[in-house]
Amino acid sequence: MKLLEVKNLKKNFGSLEVIKDLSFSVEEGKVVGIIGPSGSGKSTLLRCISFLEKIDSGELLYMGESAVTTGTDGRANYAEKEKLRQIQRYFGLVFQNFNLFPHFSVIKNVTDAIITVQKKPIDEAMETGRELLDKMGLSDKVDAYPWQLSGGQQQRVSIARALATKPRMLFFDEPTSALDPELTGEILKVIRGLADDNMTMIIVTHEMNFAKNVADYIIFMDDGLIVEEGPPKMLFENPQNGRTQAFLNKFVS
Amino acid sequence: MAWQIMVYKLSEGMLESIKIYTLTLIFSLPLGLIVALCRMSKNWLLRNFTKLYISIMRGTPLILQLMVVYFGPYYIFKITLPRGYRFIAVIIGFVFNYAAYFGEIYRGGIESIDSGQYDAAKVLGYNKAQTFMRIILPQVIKRVLPSITNEVITLIKDTSLAFAISYPEMFTVAKAISAAQTTMLPFVTAGIFYYIFNLLVAYTMEWIEKKMSVYR
Repeated sequence: MKLLEVKNLKKNFGSLEVIKDLSFSVEEGKVVGIIGPSGSGKSTLLRCISFLEKIDSGELLYMGESAVTTGTDGRANYAEKEKLRQIQRYFGLVFQNFNLFPHFSVIKNVTDAIITVQKKPIDEAMETGRELLDKMGLSDKVDAYPWQLSGGQQQRVSIARALATKPRMLFFDEPTSALDPELTGEILKVIRGLADDNMTMIIVTHEMNFAKNVADYIIFMDDGLIVEEGPPKMLFENPQNGRTQAFLNKFVS
Repeated sequence: MAWQIMVYKLSEGMLESIKIYTLTLIFSLPLGLIVALCRMSKNWLLRNFTKLYISIMRGTPLILQLMVVYFGPYYIFKITLPRGYRFIAVIIGFVFNYAAYFGEIYRGGIESIDSGQYDAAKVLGYNKAQTFMRIILPQVIKRVLPSITNEVITLIKDTSLAFAISYPEMFTVAKAISAAQTTMLPFVTAGIFYYIFNLLVAYTMEWIEKKMSVYR
C-alpha cells in the first residue's frame, strides 16, 4: 500500500521556484532517503508534505486519502480543516534542531500532545510515554528538562514525541545536522531500529553512508527537481546523472 | 497631631493605594495580552488603531490621562457622573496606561519565540488556541518577567499620581497633613511606606522568577 503519494508538487517563494514539478511515492514499511546539495529544496519538500508550507500546485495523498488536489486552473486546493487534521495524524516530523518545548519536562514533551490533542487518558499517555522513552534509552531522564540533556538525548526525546501520536509514517529533516559528530551515531542507531521495526520513513540527510545502509530507496534532488532516484546500491555505486556523480564524489574520501 | 494619628491616616491612604495597585494589575495584565495580539493582528485597521492607542498612552503623561478620564466626560460631553466616579476614573486611567506598556512587553516576548515551536505544535496537532496557551504563552511569561517586575514596581509609585484628581490615596493624604501641620514628616513616612511595599513586591517577583527557573 502507498502511504504517501506526491504528484507534480510545485512550490514557490515569491518568484523563486523552490520545488519544480516533483512526484514520488512511499510504500508501507519502506525507508526513503532524500539527498542533495544545500538549497536543493529537500527541507522545503518535507515541510510541504508536513503541511508546514502550503504548496502552489500538485496533489498530496496520505494512505490513499486526498489532502491536496489541483483543478484545471492549476492551483492547489486543500481539503477542509477537519480532514487535514485527521490526515495530519498519519505522519510525524522530527526536526533538525529538535524544537522540544523547553518549559515541559521530558515526559510532558512526549505525552502532552496525546493528552491535549488526542484526549487520551493521562495514565495511558504516561505509560506510552514511559515505554517510548525506555525504548530511546532515556528512562532515567523522564523528569529532566530539555536544557539538561545533550543534543543527542534531546533528539531522541523528539523522536519519542513524534512516535507518541502513533503516526503511520515518520519524516526526518536532517536529524543529525545539529549534533556534534560523536552524537550522530546514537540517533542513526535509533532510526535504524525504527527501520528494523518496519516504520515507514522519509529521511532528508547528509549522512551518505547511513542513507546507503538504511534506505530502501534514494532520491537525489537538485535545484527543486528529482535528478535521479533508485535503490541505494544502484544510485551510490553506479550513478547515471552527471550532477549525481559530482555530488557523490564530494563524499568519497 | 500625634504621630500615631498621622501613621493611622497614612495607613488608610496606603490601603487606597493598594486598592488601585491591585485592581490595575488584575485588569491590565490580561488586557495587555489582548493589546499585544491586536498590535500583531493581520487586520490593518485593528493593528494601526492599537499602535495609535499605545503611542498616545506612552507619549502623554499619565497624570494628564487621569485628568482627561476624570474631567473629560463633563467638559467634553457635559455628562455629570456620580461621586464614586473618581475611583473608577483612577482605575480606568491606570488600567489603559499600563495595558499599553504590558502589551508592548508581551509583544516583545511573543516575537522572541522561535518559529520552530509553532511548527512542532502544528505537526503534533495542536490547534491555534492550544498552541498559544500551552506552548507559547508560558515561555513568553518567563521571558518577560523581569520587564514586568519593572512595571509592577513603578506602578506602586505611580499610584501617587491619583492626587491629581484628589483621590485620597497615601500621597494625597500625606500632602494634606503636611500642608495642615507644616511638617515634612508625612512625606518621609509615606516614602518609607512605598519603599517597604516595593521590597515585598520585588521579593515576590524574585520568588516567582526562581520558581520558573526550572526550565529555560
